Amino acid sequence: MQTASRARRFGGFVVVLALVLAACSQGGTESTTTQTPEQITLLTHDSFAVSDGVLEDFTNQTGIEVQVLTSDDAGTMLNQAILTKDNPIADVVYGIDNTFLSRAESEGIFDPYTSPELTTVPESLRAGNLVTPIDYGDVCLNFDKAAFENDAAVPTTLRDLADPAYENMLVVEDPATSSPGLAFLLATIAKFGETGDYTWQDYWHDLVANGVKVDAGWTEAYYSDFSAASDGTRPLVVSYASSPPAEVYYSEVPLDEPPTGVITDGCFRQVEYAGILAGTTHTEAAGKLIDFMLSSKFQEDMPLNMFVFPARSDAVLPSVFSEFAIVPDHPETMDPALIEQHREEWIQQWTEIVRS
Amino acid sequence: MDRNRQIVRNPRRIGGILLVGIPLAFLAYFFAYPLGAILIKSLVVDNRLDLTPFADVFSRGTLRGAIWFTVWQATASMLLTVLVALPTAYVFAHYRFRGKNLMKAAITVPFVLPTVVVATAFLALLGPTGVVDLSGTVWLILIAHVFFNFAVVVRTVGGFWGNLDPRLEEAARMLGAGRWRAFRTVTLPLLRPALAAAGSIVFLFTFTSFGVILILGGLRFSTIEVEIYRQTITYLRLPLAAALAVIQLIGVTSILVGYSAFQRRRAIELSLRPSHEVARVPRTLRDRLVVSGVLIFTTLFLGTPLALLVARSLRTSTGFGFAAYRSLATQTSALFVPPVEAIRNSLLIAFAATLLAVTVGMMAAVIVAYRTGLFSRTFDVLLMLPLGTSAVTIGFGFLVALGKPIDLRTSPILLPIAHALVAIPFVVRTAVPVMRSVRQELRDAAAMLGATPARVWRRIDLPMISRAGLIGAGFAFAISLGEFGATSFLARPATPTLPVAIFRLLGRPGTFAQALALATILMVLTALSMFVIERFRFGDVGEF
Repeated sequence: MQTASRARRFGGFVVVLALVLAACSQGGTESTTTQTPEQITLLTHDSFAVSDGVLEDFTNQTGIEVQVLTSDDAGTMLNQAILTKDNPIADVVYGIDNTFLSRAESEGIFDPYTSPELTTVPESLRAGNLVTPIDYGDVCLNFDKAAFENDAAVPTTLRDLADPAYENMLVVEDPATSSPGLAFLLATIAKFGETGDYTWQDYWHDLVANGVKVDAGWTEAYYSDFSAASDGTRPLVVSYASSPPAEVYYSEVPLDEPPTGVITDGCFRQVEYAGILAGTTHTEAAGKLIDFMLSSKFQEDMPLNMFVFPARSDAVLPSVFSEFAIVPDHPETMDPALIEQHREEWIQQWTEIVRS
Repeated sequence: MDRNRQIVRNPRRIGGILLVGIPLAFLAYFFAYPLGAILIKSLVVDNRLDLTPFADVFSRGTLRGAIWFTVWQATASMLLTVLVALPTAYVFAHYRFRGKNLMKAAITVPFVLPTVVVATAFLALLGPTGVVDLSGTVWLILIAHVFFNFAVVVRTVGGFWGNLDPRLEEAARMLGAGRWRAFRTVTLPLLRPALAAAGSIVFLFTFTSFGVILILGGLRFSTIEVEIYRQTITYLRLPLAAALAVIQLIGVTSILVGYSAFQRRRAIELSLRPSHEVARVPRTLRDRLVVSGVLIFTTLFLGTPLALLVARSLRTSTGFGFAAYRSLATQTSALFVPPVEAIRNSLLIAFAATLLAVTVGMMAAVIVAYRTGLFSRTFDVLLMLPLGTSAVTIGFGFLVALGKPIDLRTSPILLPIAHALVAIPFVVRTAVPVMRSVRQELRDAAAMLGATPARVWRRIDLPMISRAGLIGAGFAFAISLGEFGATSFLARPATPTLPVAIFRLLGRPGTFAQALALATILMVLTALSMFVIERFRFGDVGEF
C-alpha cells in the first residue's frame, strides 16, 4: 500500500514536471497564432537598459511585442548567435561592437538590412549593409582631478604616460578578458604602429618600466585601484569618455562638476551595431525594431541608461552629457577585419611584454 | 530485508524504476546530452573526429602550465579549507552556545557572494594598500578559496560530526587513550566519509575556479577554466576550448572514480544520535577557551571582508549613511528593474532550484547509498560531474542541444535547472554518508517488533535522512542565490537575479556603493534563508 502511494506521488511529480515544461515551452512558441500580437526577440548584452515605456511605445506604434534576452557580454553573445545560427534564439541582435564585427559577419549570422533611418547616422559610424550602427562610446584615459595640482600637471598624450613623472600612476585592464582593455591596446597599436622607430611594443615596454598595473577587468581597475573612485593609489585609469558624466549623474550629493576628467589623446572608438539574425521568420518586424532603435525616442533614451552616445547625429543629449561629456575629435579607429586577423597575436605579444 | 533495499534492488517495481529513472533522465537530458552536443559540434569536422586541438593544447606552454596549476591549486585549496574549517565544524557539532543558529546561518554568506564583490574586499585588505600585500602571490587565491568554501566543510562535516555518538570517543578515553589518540583512532576514521565528501566538493569547486583566479591571480596564474573562457569568448576558438573541456572532464572523472572506490571501502554503520544529545554547554575552562578561540577566529576570518563590504555600502561623500540604499529604491534605470524585483526573481529561482535539486538529489542518493555494484558507482561519479565541468561548456551546450523538440534554450526554467545541476552533488554528498550509516540492526529490531517496512523507513531512516536533506536544501538554496557562472553563459530573459544586478552596478562609474548595498541585501537574505531552513522541521520528527 505504502509503495503504491509513493509510486503515485512520484507519478504525480512527473506529471507536474511535464506540465511545467509544457507551459514554459508554450510561452516561447505561441507567437505564430493569429490572435496574439506578433512577438520578436532581441538578444543583447547585460549592459542593455531602457527606460520604462520606451519599448511599449514601439508596441503601440507597430503592434509588435519585444522580448529581451540578455547575455553576459558582447563576446558571449556573439558565441551564442554563432552556435544557434541553424535555429536562432532571437530575431535581432544588438551590442556587437567593431572588435567582434568581422567575425560575426564572416560567420554569416546576419541578414542584410538597410534602415531608412540610417541617413541620420554619420558616414564614419556605418559599416556595410549587414549591420546598423546604434551607438558609440570612446574608451579613454580618465584622471583623478584631486591628484593633480593643476591642469598643466595632467598628462595630455599617450606618450606622456611613459614619463617618469607619472611613475606608478596608471592602471589598465587585461585585453584578454576586458573589452576596454582590448580597446586601449588597439589604440596604442593604431597610434604607434607595428613598424618604425618606436612601435606599440616599445611603448608598452616603457609603460611596464614606468610601473603600469594590469587588472583583470574594468571593475577592479576602477573600483580597487583608481584613486578617484576607491581607496586605490592610481590617479590614471583606462575607462570611458562618458565616465565623468556618470559620476555626476549617480552621485548621491549634487555635484557642480565631475571628480574625474578625460584625456582625449589615444581614445579608441567602440561602435555598437544591431543586425537581423539570419533564419528569422520575422524579417519585417525585425527591420521595424532596428528602425525604432535609430528613432529619436530610443536614441535620446540611451545615454542615461547605457552611458553611450547615440549614433543619430540629430539626437538631443541629456544635460549631464552636453555639459560634462567629452567627445574626442580624433579617436583612434581600426578596420574590424584587421582586428579579427591580429587579435590573438597582439594579445599574446602584449601578455609577454607585461609579464616580464 | 527491509523494503527500502528491495525497492531499489528490484527495478521491476514502479517505484524503483522511477527512483532510478528520474535522476538518470534529468542528468542525461540536462547534463550529458548538452555536454556531448557542444563537444561533438566543436571537435567533429566533416563527420570526422578532429583530434588536432588536443595536440595543440599540449604544444602550448601556457596551456600545459594552466593544467598543472589547476590540479595544484585545487589540491592545496582542498587541504587548506579542510584544515582551517575543521575546528569550527568541531565546535558547531559539540557545543551549544548563544547565537549558534544565527552564526551557523551567517557562515554560509561567503559561499553565495559573487566573486567580483568579494574580490574588492580582498584587494582592499590584502592588496598594496591593505594589512599585508599578498597581491600577485598564490596565497591570495588560496585564502579566497578557503573563504568561499569554508561553509562546505563546516556544514558537511559538522552536520555528520554532530550526530556521531560521543560515547564512542568517551569509551576510548575511558580505556586510557589520550585526546589526540582517541580522535585519531576513533573519531577520524568515522568522520572520513564526511571529510571525503566535503573535500571532494571543495576540490571540484576550486578545480573549475574562474573568477577568483582571473581577478586575484593577475596575469601569472591561469586555470583550465580560465583558458576555456579565453579560448571561447576572446578568441572564439571552440575546438581548442572543447579539447580543454575534455581534459578537464577526464581529470575530474579520474578523481571521482578514485574517491568513489575510497568511499565504498569506508562505509561503517553507526548509530547516529540526535545533535542535541551530542552538543553540550561549554563548562570547563578548556571548553570555553576552545569555543571562544574558534569562534573569534571564524568571525574575524569570514567577518572582516564582509564587514568591509557593508561599511563601504554605507560610505557617502560626507561620512556614513543610507544614501546608497535610498538611491537603490529611487534610481532604477541602471538595473533595468527595481531591486525588489531582482530579490523576488532570486528567491523564486532559488526556491524552484532547491525543490528540483532536493527531489532529484535525494532519489539519486538513495540509489548511491543502498545499491552496490558498477551501476551505482558510475551513477555516483556522473552525479558529481556537473560540479567539475566548465560553466562555459555547459552553458553553450544548452544552446546547442535544447532547441528541439521543446525549445528550452531561452526558457525561464533553464536557470533553476542549471542551478540544480550544481546543487545536486551537494544534496547527494550530504545525504549519502548519513544514509549509509544507518545501522541495519535498528531496522531489524523495529521490524521484529512488528513495524511494517514503510514504518521502519519512516521511523528509523527518515529522521536521519531528513536532517541531511535539510542541509542539502540549504546548500541548494544558497547556490542558486549566488550562482553566476553557468548563469552568465545563458541567454536569459530580462529578469535579473541579485548577482546579475550587482554585476551590472559594478560595471559602471558612480554606482559602487549601490552595488555593495545590493550585495549587503544578498548577504542578509542568505543568512535569513539559512536561518529559516535550519529551523524547518518535518512534522513530529526531532532534530537530527
